Amino acid sequence: MRIGLFVTCLTDTLFPGTGQAVVAVLERLGHQVEFPAAQTCCGQMHFNTGYRREATPMARGFTAAFGGYEAVVTPSASCASMVREYFPALAAEAEDPGLARAVAEIGPRTWELSVFLADVLGVSDVGAYFPHRVTYHPSCHSLRMLRVGDAPFRLLRAVRGLDLVDLPDAESCCGFGGTFSVKNADVSAAICADKVAAVRQTGAEVLCAADNSCLMHIGGALTRQRSGVATMHLAEILARTDGDPAAAPR
Amino acid sequence: MTAPEMNAPEMNAPEMNGPHPAMPTYLGMPPFPVAAAAAVADSQLRRNLAHATHTIREKRAGAVAELTDWQALRAAAKAIKDHTLAHLDTYLLRLEDSVTKAGGHVHWAQDAAEANAIVASLVRAAGADQVVKVKSMVTQEIGLNEALAAEGIAALETDLAELIVQLGHDRPSHILVPAIHKNRAEIREIFRREMPDAPAGLTDDPAALAAAARAHLRQAFLSAQVGISGANFAIADTGSLVVVESEGNGRMCVTLPRTLISVVGIEKILPSWRDLEVFLALLPRSSTAERMNPYTSTWTGITPGDGPQDFHLVLLDNGRTSALADHTGRQALRCIRCSACLNVCPVYERTGGHAYGSPYPGPIGAIISPLLRGVTSPVDASLPFASTLCGACYDVCPVAINIPEALVYLRSVPAPSAAS
Repeated sequence: MRIGLFVTCLTDTLFPGTGQAVVAVLERLGHQVEFPAAQTCCGQMHFNTGYRREATPMARGFTAAFGGYEAVVTPSASCASMVREYFPALAAEAEDPGLARAVAEIGPRTWELSVFLADVLGVSDVGAYFPHRVTYHPSCHSLRMLRVGDAPFRLLRAVRGLDLVDLPDAESCCGFGGTFSVKNADVSAAICADKVAAVRQTGAEVLCAADNSCLMHIGGALTRQRSGVATMHLAEILARTDGDPAAAPR
Repeated sequence: MTAPEMNAPEMNAPEMNGPHPAMPTYLGMPPFPVAAAAAVADSQLRRNLAHATHTIREKRAGAVAELTDWQALRAAAKAIKDHTLAHLDTYLLRLEDSVTKAGGHVHWAQDAAEANAIVASLVRAAGADQVVKVKSMVTQEIGLNEALAAEGIAALETDLAELIVQLGHDRPSHILVPAIHKNRAEIREIFRREMPDAPAGLTDDPAALAAAARAHLRQAFLSAQVGISGANFAIADTGSLVVVESEGNGRMCVTLPRTLISVVGIEKILPSWRDLEVFLALLPRSSTAERMNPYTSTWTGITPGDGPQDFHLVLLDNGRTSALADHTGRQALRCIRCSACLNVCPVYERTGGHAYGSPYPGPIGAIISPLLRGVTSPVDASLPFASTLCGACYDVCPVAINIPEALVYLRSVPAPSAAS
């Protein structure tokens, strides 16, 4: 299958290793992955902060960059939600029937990585090896917008050597919320404090999620606490094989 | 409701800057991030809110899981409310006609000032200088107690938690549990300080506190000439009003006084009794996690020789028609004030209700307050941003209000004095 990698702005700038990991996993499964260089931010940052009109060119750019791929795969449930759930609203508000047609066509072919692997390709075991104790934070947009269900858990359970432990109060928000973390930093940090406490309670070496945005937020606190808990995107765990030296957390 | 063990947040006293047309009590509140910063630093508040919200969150989930048709009920409630709101002009006139035929009087109030003036004149006409009140969000919204006090009329809150808030010269911080921020030791202090007939040696035992409040209220119920209520629902076909409550104080207020005045937002209307069934299944499970609430009072106009002989319905707009005109915001008018969204909200759980600067706190308050009041104050400009957009509120909402969608939309509405 010819797949376009929608890397997302946050992963491209701050966690490029996640994008490389997505490519590694998909190529290992025999797929051809391309990176359309014209891609930009999906506009969620603008949209969620009240700049709806300013987000519209991003939607237009997305359809131009990714038209023609059989599937668009992204390591972000949050950005996949933006494309699938909110691009149609942007097109309607812009009164742009061409854009409306384009987003209606491309939205259903845009997949968050775990859903693409577990549900679209029907694969659980991607050949990964990761001999560490891991806990998983189901991000809000993966849970309550995309409704990815147990797709990430099916993938993690199939990773050889991986000890998956339950995260208490897992379905609670981490407090990031995009620009919420800036506009309401006190409350954002207060919510994060409880998430970090839950993570540390598990004894996990690695906190995993399907969104680098949440991992950036929680990881910021874990690092400053010198907690010894690493954060890793799901793609990076799935990319590890027993050929990697020690398959160590990053 | 009884008040859980809660402590008061040490909030900065807001400055009052003069009259405000919609919700006068809350004028001059600082923007949400400022008030919230103080709240999240309050260790007692944090611990108690976490305990209270997690407890009721789990109970609600259990009560909802008992019903196999919850999603169907939710869809029905949404459909009924949307239909009613789309035909509000028809149903409001039908309600007026039904209430009038049943011997009641209907008054129309465009805003808080009009509603307060109508109620004050009705109380004076009844020759009373004291009224007993059923817990009511809409009278908090219009600042009725303060308006009546300015006219020399004392309004006594009879819901236990509202009484605690009133005696403490405080503000409610939760839609269902207004004194959620007070613990029982503080409640005992309030009673000893503010309640002249509090028994000597009053302890902080919840039963003792409830008994003291009961004794304090009993004489007022028996002597009151005027009762004031809101309503959870108003049935257009029959002109019946419905109040859903836990303590029975509401039943006292709507049956004992000679005159009953009900202030009701125009969005509370339901076409028929058949529609009420859906909401009586959804509301108690969503709010108190009960299969059914202890007291559901309904009344239709007046009944000669039984109950109030003089009944007035004050139908209030106060920003609702402008909310109705808003294509995305209008869904907030479906709200049945259950407070399920507060109890699951990661933000409310850390800040409590006072930071929202409105009688309507939490996720629903963050959309209702700017919609009803307009985005003219720093706090209202900041409220749509007071959410991580985690979506937990939408999931639990019994009338399927897409709160994240409305929040994101309101963030795009230009605010003249936006503080965010």
